[in-house]
Amino acid sequence: MTDVRHSIEKVAGCNVSVRRGGAGQPLLYLHGAGGGNRWLPFMEALSQSFEVIVPEHPGFGPSDTPEWLDNVGDLAYFYLDFIEQMGLDQVHLAGTSLGGWIAAELAVRNQSKLHSLTLVAAAGIHVAGVPKGDIFLWSREELTRNLFHSQELAEATLRLELSPEEMDFRIKNQLTMAKLAWQPRMHNPHLVKWLHRITVPTLIVWGAEDKLIPAQYGPAFRDLIPKARLEVLPQCGHLPQMEKTAEFVSVVTRFLQGAGR
Amino acid sequence: MKFFCVHLMPYADLDLSYTEKYNSAWVTLPNSYYDPKKGHLLYNRYLDELEYADQLGFDGICVNEHHQNAYGLMPTPGVTAGALARRTKRAKIAVLGRALPLLNNPLTVAEEYAMLDNITGGRLVAGFVRGIGAEYHAWGANPAESHERFHEAHDLILRAWTEIGPFPFEGKHYQFNYVNTWPRPYQQPHPPIWIPSQGSRETIEWAADPRRKYTYLQTFSPVAALAKYMGMYKEEAAKHGYEASPSQLGWSVPIYVADTDERAYKEAKPHIENLVNKFLRMPVEMLLPPGYLSLQSMKGVMSAKGTITGGLQTIDDLMKKGMFLCGSPETLRQQIEECQKQIGFGYLLPMMQFATLPHYLTTQSMELFATKVIPQLRQIGESQ
Repeated sequence: MTDVRHSIEKVAGCNVSVRRGGAGQPLLYLHGAGGGNRWLPFMEALSQSFEVIVPEHPGFGPSDTPEWLDNVGDLAYFYLDFIEQMGLDQVHLAGTSLGGWIAAELAVRNQSKLHSLTLVAAAGIHVAGVPKGDIFLWSREELTRNLFHSQELAEATLRLELSPEEMDFRIKNQLTMAKLAWQPRMHNPHLVKWLHRITVPTLIVWGAEDKLIPAQYGPAFRDLIPKARLEVLPQCGHLPQMEKTAEFVSVVTRFLQGAGR
Repeated sequence: MKFFCVHLMPYADLDLSYTEKYNSAWVTLPNSYYDPKKGHLLYNRYLDELEYADQLGFDGICVNEHHQNAYGLMPTPGVTAGALARRTKRAKIAVLGRALPLLNNPLTVAEEYAMLDNITGGRLVAGFVRGIGAEYHAWGANPAESHERFHEAHDLILRAWTEIGPFPFEGKHYQFNYVNTWPRPYQQPHPPIWIPSQGSRETIEWAADPRRKYTYLQTFSPVAALAKYMGMYKEEAAKHGYEASPSQLGWSVPIYVADTDERAYKEAKPHIENLVNKFLRMPVEMLLPPGYLSLQSMKGVMSAKGTITGGLQTIDDLMKKGMFLCGSPETLRQQIEECQKQIGFGYLLPMMQFATLPHYLTTQSMELFATKVIPQLRQIGESQ
């Protein structure tokens, strides 16, 4: 087991909770709407080759909700500050869903500290005629079932008991998610204009059966980012890192180890 | 006490079997369920009912705003208020209200209300609401900004009504170089402001503030919740060193009157049950989107309202909780008088038509209420 170090870091006046494990080149992982308060098996696996750094976004979990937080662009600037303050360089930046959106917004602004970019089932753009699922109108059960392709995994997730603290975090995370992504729904209409600025090696990962952000979004991102390639995982929903951990880790590790050569 | 007749203008011809296919009469129920020919008749019937309320001696009539649903067909309440403005001569017209956070430009409401106030010579009551949660799904407005936008829009409208323009407005959500509203309101400094709510400490603290003293309306809630929130308003007033007058408190509740309790119960039963089980039906995710309520208020409303979006409710459940007043004139007089004495509100806002209640029962109930209930209750709950 990796020794996971948990700390509170103050960046841009905002205290955020950060978990770190492993050693090597830094891999900054930006979590999705569900939050990032657990060290998951894919993080453990990636920490065998990299120093995996998992902050909880401002407005999520135990992290502060700063006055300045209005949109995903604010989080992109926050993480540029974060990278600078932590003295990180040659960063492998990876993000899932909301985290992928933040990562893309960060990279179009300033990629000087980035070595590579990995976007997993990323929000942030809209493909005409391909609607996303409605995470705000789905019941908890519908949401869980729609996030996974494997209904056994969905059922196992539904059976998990949340502690009162986790319940409070869930409500807080949903509130921040609404603030960031309610309208325009889960995208920034201006991002698409500037994705061509991303010139670091980029990997796009998508679950073929994603019901929240359909797999058609994968090729759309790939075509907008110059050095991007796309990996589609079959029989997989919106959370490849959880639903297909082994394949996900293998695809990402291969990409990161080959990136920049 | 003063009496304002509330109407939601529901799509009473709704095919009630919709529940076999859809989980709500809001937001996602296809508008193929709406037949414009029937809608034409309903709008005119409902406007007749509100005009009749004016003739029967109700002190006011109320319209309101809901979007993309069968529960209430007034997405733009200024249209119905405008239609009523010239056909009624005496009753106040209360728009309860415009949902401020849904607006791209709050000055449209400053203008619309000022026009109504001018046309009616000061019969407008200006209602401001945040809108129920479903509106945020229907309208794309961000519920996480709901409180901020409500307060900023309110401040802008009040300044537009009370300050001489042009002046600049520099808000977070709204910015203007020239705020200079024409017409200015007829009532000076501005029309009375009412704040309908289903119970929220933040709203009550804000409405009861001595700079505002807005009339707080508790809508469609159990009597226990009514008592709790009105008590909260009075405590808040006392904290500020003044006593809340009855005219600062109003209760909005569906009411049905017939000559006997048994008859009233029998006639109202299917229609009031349709209101809660068909027209108000919605999942909790639709009713309470994230940020619509604070964590604390969310817990409060969930416990006070219990099963509003839960299982099916019967007329007995609703009557027991005091969410529906139903009976003979004598029964209602006693019930309302008792509640008024305990709780101290000065406005009662009976909703005399609900869901599928047909025209003849609506007008029959309105007549009995106006002639046999209102006159006996006029003297109680009057401000000193």
